[in-house]
Amino acid sequence: MQQMHTKRRNRWLEEYIGRTFAVICGWLIVLITVTMIIFLAVKGIQSFTDSGLSLSDMLLSAQWDPNGTPPKYGALIFIVGSMLVSLGALLISAPIALALAIFMNFIAPKWFVSLLKPVLELLVGIPSVVYGWLGVTILVPLMREWFGGSGFSLLAGIIVLSMMILPTITSIAADALANVPMAYMEASYGLGSTRWQAISRVIVPAAKAGIATGVVFGLARAFGEALAVQMVIGNTIKLPSGLDSPTATLTSVLTMDMANTINGTPWNNALWTLALILLLISFFFIAVIRLVGPRKEG
Amino acid sequence: MTARMIDKVWTGIFYAVAAAVIGLLIFFFAVVLSKGAGFWQPEFLFGRPSNTQAGGGIGPQLINSFYMLVVTLLLSVPLSLGAGIYLAEYAKQGRIVGFIRLCLETMASLPSIVVGLFGLLAFVTLTGWGYTLLGGALAVTIINLPGLTRICETAILDVPSNIKEGSLALGATRWQTLVKAVLPAAIPQIVTGVILSAGRIFGEAAVFIYTAGLTTPMLRWDADWGSQANPLNVFRPAETLTVHIWKLNSEGIVPDAKLIAAKSAAVLMVAVLLFNLAARLASSLLARYFSGGRRARPGRGERSKAA
Repeated sequence: MQQMHTKRRNRWLEEYIGRTFAVICGWLIVLITVTMIIFLAVKGIQSFTDSGLSLSDMLLSAQWDPNGTPPKYGALIFIVGSMLVSLGALLISAPIALALAIFMNFIAPKWFVSLLKPVLELLVGIPSVVYGWLGVTILVPLMREWFGGSGFSLLAGIIVLSMMILPTITSIAADALANVPMAYMEASYGLGSTRWQAISRVIVPAAKAGIATGVVFGLARAFGEALAVQMVIGNTIKLPSGLDSPTATLTSVLTMDMANTINGTPWNNALWTLALILLLISFFFIAVIRLVGPRKEG
Repeated sequence: MTARMIDKVWTGIFYAVAAAVIGLLIFFFAVVLSKGAGFWQPEFLFGRPSNTQAGGGIGPQLINSFYMLVVTLLLSVPLSLGAGIYLAEYAKQGRIVGFIRLCLETMASLPSIVVGLFGLLAFVTLTGWGYTLLGGALAVTIINLPGLTRICETAILDVPSNIKEGSLALGATRWQTLVKAVLPAAIPQIVTGVILSAGRIFGEAAVFIYTAGLTTPMLRWDADWGSQANPLNVFRPAETLTVHIWKLNSEGIVPDAKLIAAKSAAVLMVAVLLFNLAARLASSLLARYFSGGRRARPGRGERSKAA
């Protein structure tokens, strides 16, 4: 009798401990996220509270000259650079990704799909520094030959990034297309359409929301990528005059300069503000994904 | 053009795009492996790096990368398994879970450099540790957590509910059911996910620059536990292989920096390939172990025939 009691108690103890562990882990995620946001926000606003910069100077001025007298901390070049490089990457990547997703779902024979899937997985797996290295060793010399100059350029950054985000967009778009009911395709065939007509006029519009989510994910990834871009974009502090001209991005300037500055100086504070801007932009992307994304459950 | 012609043309275009992407991957591997030829030599893989002369190796960086991987997995697997269990089993659907999911989404979409900078604040400056391997592992755990939690949650949810119901009907508690019935069935999927995320940790770089640092002390296996030279000490700076490649490109002063970067890239590519193969192998082996075990012993009822 006594034994049964302890057994039962142990069992409930185990349940209790296990459950507590799971709950703690769940809440730890909330704790980490909130802590990160608070820390970065506190550091990021020091530019405005401590070093007396104004928000409009920071966001709208293209003069970044931390060593000048007086030093200037306009972040416009980096914001524009980040935007151009990620939008450019999207322009190359999205159509190819959509084509791949359509191909995998509706056109390719099975053996081809089983070849394509591991290829995409490997492309995701290649580390970003290797993409950067490939950019430096293949792309940059090629650009130098074609356009002259150093070869480090906005275009090099765009091409490297477009390869990095291709698998991301493809896999999300492919899932979205796979979720379109087969009946749509059949109905379209029943009305006498060809495969291309069914795909372009019925299937793709039906999967629009999912495809858009994939595109925004790709954009977000491109925006936040640091090292590969930093390795090929040239990192000159000026607005790009064309695709072949070097420029800098939010991530590239953070990667390069954070270690060179002393904690608490205006320069250092300005860099933390750039990090905060990056954080806010990724919040913006999350909000967009929540808005455009397909309704879950149902 | 008739509609059928257009259809044919587009089909051709799709084939061409797909073939081009496959060609691209083959091209990448060909370039990396040919430029980095010789990366398999032991004196490169395990040799000491040299600062000024040609011919250095990547021994410490390779050790750091693997050790970082082990420490990160030790941190992130239990945490994400716990969080996955919470989301799949215990959490009531509603506002709270919605909020946790929003946090997971936020975490997943943060650029790794931002997480690295948070690591600089939290694990380097605030703790006073300076650049440490542990700081790097903690920061990359943050990056790893959302994906792995998702994998664990889905794996648990994918377990057929009759397994769970059977166990509960026999009087087991929820936790017992989970540990003894649900988790074993979810393990193949979880293991595959862990291996794939391991590949990602191995290739991560931006987050380490500001947490684990750009240097490695001279490592000696016979050093004291507390010493910076002890390879297993987690409170020491630890430049990983990926950071090494980046550094060689931006500020390498070794005469053969380009060759070392190429060889290191080749090592990384081979590692990526191995991680993918391992994930595939593990998932098929484990799947066979958990389902085919029945097939191996005939006459155990209907399910063996169905399988």
